Amino acid sequence: MSVVIVGAGQAGFQTALSLRAAGYLEPITLIGEEPHLPYQRPPLSKGFLLGKQAIESAVLRPEPFYAAQRIELITGARVQRIEPQFRRVILTSGARICYEKLVLATGARVRTLPLARISYLRTHVDAVDLKQRLGEAAEIAVIGGGFIGLEVAAAAAVLGKRVTVFEMQDRLMPRCVSPVVSEFFRRVHGEHGIEIRLNSPASAPRADLVVAGVGVSPNVELAREAGLPVANGVVVDEYLRTADENIFAIGDCAEYPNPFAGSRTRLESVQNAVDQAKTAVANIAGRKESYRAVPWFWTDQFDVKLQMAGLSGGADQEALRGDPESRRFSVFYFRRGRLIAVDSINRPGEHLMARKLLASGAVIAPEQAADETFDLKTILA
Amino acid sequence: MVRYNGLRVPLFGKKETASITYISHSGAVNRVDVPVGDSVMEGAIRNNIDGIVAECGGACQCGTCHVYVEPQFLDRLKPIQDDENEMLNTTASPRQPNSRLGCQIEVTKALDGLVVHTPPTQI
Repeated sequence: MSVVIVGAGQAGFQTALSLRAAGYLEPITLIGEEPHLPYQRPPLSKGFLLGKQAIESAVLRPEPFYAAQRIELITGARVQRIEPQFRRVILTSGARICYEKLVLATGARVRTLPLARISYLRTHVDAVDLKQRLGEAAEIAVIGGGFIGLEVAAAAAVLGKRVTVFEMQDRLMPRCVSPVVSEFFRRVHGEHGIEIRLNSPASAPRADLVVAGVGVSPNVELAREAGLPVANGVVVDEYLRTADENIFAIGDCAEYPNPFAGSRTRLESVQNAVDQAKTAVANIAGRKESYRAVPWFWTDQFDVKLQMAGLSGGADQEALRGDPESRRFSVFYFRRGRLIAVDSINRPGEHLMARKLLASGAVIAPEQAADETFDLKTILA
Repeated sequence: MVRYNGLRVPLFGKKETASITYISHSGAVNRVDVPVGDSVMEGAIRNNIDGIVAECGGACQCGTCHVYVEPQFLDRLKPIQDDENEMLNTTASPRQPNSRLGCQIEVTKALDGLVVHTPPTQI
């Protein structure tokens, strides 16, 4: 018996951690492409760029942890192919590693633009490079008004740079939040001197530094070449199993049936990585456990904390709780009268409450959500 | 520094530390040296101490690093900020007057000897 994990990001790391926590005693091999110890990505676009956080503090566990937990960590290594018929993976070094169960946590890579001299932000190496370039530049252009683009823009503005953000759509973070939230963030960035250009194609802007945050593509090649079905990610069932019962796929690379979306989906978040790792481990241990965790996400920009619970796509009704002018409010999203998501701005307590409401399937009316005198806790009681 | 496949990897340097004691709900006692500048949450996670979950990794987003601080240390901590205050009202285990989020307590020399209790549940 042994488990091999391909990908040493948040999902792969958590798989190894949860296997040991569950009392799994057999060998665990965790294979990562990057040279570094497994680390968290969220700080790279936030505290690290601002100089508030050393990059070492993003490391998930110090090096001795892996030996102590008998997790064989192989960094700076690439899997060349999977041979499902022999239940083994072949590294580019030629090494062969056999598995009983294989977990694909291969993550995603940045989408690139056909433009020269552009910085991207995904990895430790990207972040160190971007931070250096930010230090040397006066004028920054950011292509993409999503989470990464806006976090980089905010950090650059705090560092005293002149920043312009180019977004193709007619509002910021269009995939993730409602227009009222987009508008709020446009104003916040404007107040900090950032120029936001909406409906703006990704051409080559003039600036000392151009940074693009235009999404990621899942790393599905290994799975595809091994003959596993691939769509917008490695296709898995509700137990996070691929078409091969010995191979699981989790995290940014996996497309799974999501009960909150009511469809197959692929999410890119810490929560999804961690919770899917835990579900995969439960299934490796033989407990049939379907993945049903409430999705949640966050972004920090300036002094604004945006937290999202649930998936708001497909909403047909919204209720605003609180006044955006106060810089503290939430948007509750409904579909056919049912609560499906909540975005909270500087209301972390309400975000935690929203996660509970969504997890419990509690019934709340839009009028109740919009009424600040209505105590949300009474719904759960 | 250590080397992995020929590449240099930064490790934690030698740092000043403070001794922190974590007492679990079931009474398990773990006393560890935590580098100054790390958080009480990180001290638990990096030493594999149960009782703190830290779903968000220390970004003050999730409220799953709730601890009860031994009262005599409370006045040595920085005051509770708005975010933390709000989240403490929604933690899985009930808030007490000595409740804090572990990710918001930065370890300092002055906190040497700090004792925190972890709650029965974080989720």
